[in-house]
Amino acid sequence: MKARVHVMLKNGVLDPQGEAVRHALGAMGFDGVQAVRQGKVIELDLADGATQADVEQMCEKLLANTVIESYTVEIA
Amino acid sequence: MRAAVVVFPGSNCDRDLAVAFEQAGADVTMVWHKDSELPQGVDIVGIPGGFSYGDYLRCGAIAANSPICKSVAAHAARGGYVMGVCNGFQVLTETGLLPGALLRNAGLKYICRTVGLKVQTASSDFTNGYAVGDVIDIPIAHHDGNYFADAETIAALKGEDRIAFTYTDNPNGAMADIAGILSENRRVLGMMPHPERAADAGHGGTDGVALFRALAGALATA
Repeated sequence: MKARVHVMLKNGVLDPQGEAVRHALGAMGFDGVQAVRQGKVIELDLADGATQADVEQMCEKLLANTVIESYTVEIA
Repeated sequence: MRAAVVVFPGSNCDRDLAVAFEQAGADVTMVWHKDSELPQGVDIVGIPGGFSYGDYLRCGAIAANSPICKSVAAHAARGGYVMGVCNGFQVLTETGLLPGALLRNAGLKYICRTVGLKVQTASSDFTNGYAVGDVIDIPIAHHDGNYFADAETIAALKGEDRIAFTYTDNPNGAMADIAGILSENRRVLGMMPHPERAADAGHGGTDGVALFRALAGALATA
């Protein structure tokens, strides 16, 4: 089975990289981009029987830093 | 003073930190990230700067989960001293030994230059060689030094006099100009600037020496 984890900076945490991307898009002529937030996607290939709770543990302990990041887990 | 300096794959300030401890009179042992035990009788553990594990995932995240870091956490829990510089500060926040996190510099650039630091507390065995309000010149060299914590944590750090150093001219967007903080028991210090790079006349500055001397004084009989 596969799981996909999305990690994003929490709302309220400044994302200077997203901000730089927004500026670049504006400079390229893409008008109306009001905000850009950049995150990461982590794909896990798991042995059968792994649960959503297992992946959430992985997020809490390593994949995300919950001081600054939030995460969502998709089991495929 | 018996010191241990942790070496991760990608550490690059480990020898500088060891030399600074040695010049203050410490007996220094280098410990490898895969070691699970610190040497017997260690007073202080130094977590050096660099790019542990290539900064993969997040700076310090993988190092924080390495075998040696479990021993470092146990050492801190017993009241042992720990000092993390630069990447070492990132590792300490990732282990939870210090609160908050280090984000990408607000200006997005890697910054390598000497900055002014204001000493905010002399009430710790790291900083009692300075006076509150002293401004010292210490080099920084980081891409992710923008200190972040929630408002309650910042208020607690201020209220408990746990901000060790602030930048006189904030280079990276850090909240409350924070350059270094202390743990609740004041025995764990994390700081982005490199005192070990201002510890010898040959470095072009010696403002970091007082920190290592203060530690050696506190730990001389320990």
